[in-house]
Amino acid sequence: MEIPRHWRLRKQRYGLVGEVCPHCDAKLFPPRDVCPECGQEAKTLYNFSGRGEVYSYTTVYEAPAGFEEVAPYTVALIKLQEGPLVTAQLTDTNGEQVEIGTPVEMVTRRLRSDGDERGLLVYGYKFRPILQQLISPT
Amino acid sequence: MEEISPKNILLKPARPVGIMGYGAYVPRYRLPASEVARIWTDGQAGLPIKEKAVAGLDEDVATMSIEAARNALQRASVSPSESRAVWVGSESHPYAVKPTSTIDAEAIGAVPNVQAGDWQFACKAGTEAMVAAIGFIGSGMADYALAIGMDTAQGRPSDALEYTAGAGGAAYLLGPAEKSLAVIEHTYSFVTDTPDFWRRAYQKYPEHGQRFTGEPAYFKHITESAQALMDATQTKPTDYDYAVFHQPNTKFPQRVAAQLGFTKEQIAHGLLVPVIGNTYAGAALIGLTAILDIANPGERILLVSFGSGAGSDAMALQVTEAIQERRDRAPKTQDYIARRIEIDYATYARMRGKLVMK
Ligand SMILES: [Zn+2]
Repeated sequence: MEIPRHWRLRKQRYGLVGEVCPHCDAKLFPPRDVCPECGQEAKTLYNFSGRGEVYSYTTVYEAPAGFEEVAPYTVALIKLQEGPLVTAQLTDTNGEQVEIGTPVEMVTRRLRSDGDERGLLVYGYKFRPILQQLISPT
Repeated sequence: MEEISPKNILLKPARPVGIMGYGAYVPRYRLPASEVARIWTDGQAGLPIKEKAVAGLDEDVATMSIEAARNALQRASVSPSESRAVWVGSESHPYAVKPTSTIDAEAIGAVPNVQAGDWQFACKAGTEAMVAAIGFIGSGMADYALAIGMDTAQGRPSDALEYTAGAGGAAYLLGPAEKSLAVIEHTYSFVTDTPDFWRRAYQKYPEHGQRFTGEPAYFKHITESAQALMDATQTKPTDYDYAVFHQPNTKFPQRVAAQLGFTKEQIAHGLLVPVIGNTYAGAALIGLTAILDIANPGERILLVSFGSGAGSDAMALQVTEAIQERRDRAPKTQDYIARRIEIDYATYARMRGKLVMK
């Protein structure tokens, strides 16, 4: 059981809330309070747009504990519009239309159950190909 | 207090209330009704709809409500922290105890200065939340409130409901009428204790009163509430450009519309059950988002929900000029319906947790 950790991470997980550096305007995700660009303190909360593109990806067939029920699934490195790279599951893909450079958007989905069916439901960000482009690929 | 009479039955807020923004959500998977018939009747059963929407493995009422709510906020251009309520109506909340609404309020950024609560009244839980939000804003306690109706309903394998029990719904950010994209002009609710459909604690699938679900439940409550609202407002079906009725299958809303004197054209845009199934607490509300996606300023809409147990909320709305600039700010109802991936019964059984893993 990791309830305190799930609780602490809920804002960044549910809504991609990171930080912005007040000194050089760099955007930080995940939040780490110190700017990787200029080394100064960066604690101002920042809501990421949720838009980005696939930087690289891999499909997981042998899922680790807690994720067996959703296998197979694709994990990707996403380059956010604001700069940072994040690791996240892709969803609503069915495998086929993903490639490096595919534009994606953040959605909040159920990640797993913490423990068995009696455990806490853990929600968080995943990325999917941008909805409007799913409909009319222009 | 004045006695309630047909003249003063309308629920009237102290200040007028309207819809600031709306958002639909439908998951992308579709189970054709013919697949259910193939498995259980050798393909012989008559089909109540074409196909139903099915939630993905990582979706539930909480996640679907989050996306619909984000769409509603985007259309409204109101900061989530200004919404003083997040109320989610559903019969398929992910937890038995622990609110869906706190997860949603946190995810959209509405916490901590907010009312949060989960509503339960079968298929009218969403409109019940909406009527409460009208009172909350109409009284002046709040300027904005979010009301959501969303479901991922379950039907027992081979039961008539398995053909139709779908997934989807809609979110509405309500606010002062003068800033709204549609003014909610009148509301009226008609409720009795009618045992047409229920699910006991710890039971996975609901029970229904077979033929009892029709006349004394669905038709009685919808016609009573709609007729009373039209009588009290001295309006008739031709005064409305569109109407949407709770849609558990294709026939019921068509028949109740005809009984009340509405045409096929008036209900056509909001009749989504043939292609997404019965979305329970979301059914009437997502019919309304589909209408708002195409309605013009000045046009009038009648919405009537139905929830088993039983009751109906009737609402009369008028679209304002603000619809024109707001409706393109978020994906439309038909956008979600169009991103369709057909699945077979085996995939459906997996997605709905009907396979025993241990
Ligand atoms: Zn910096």
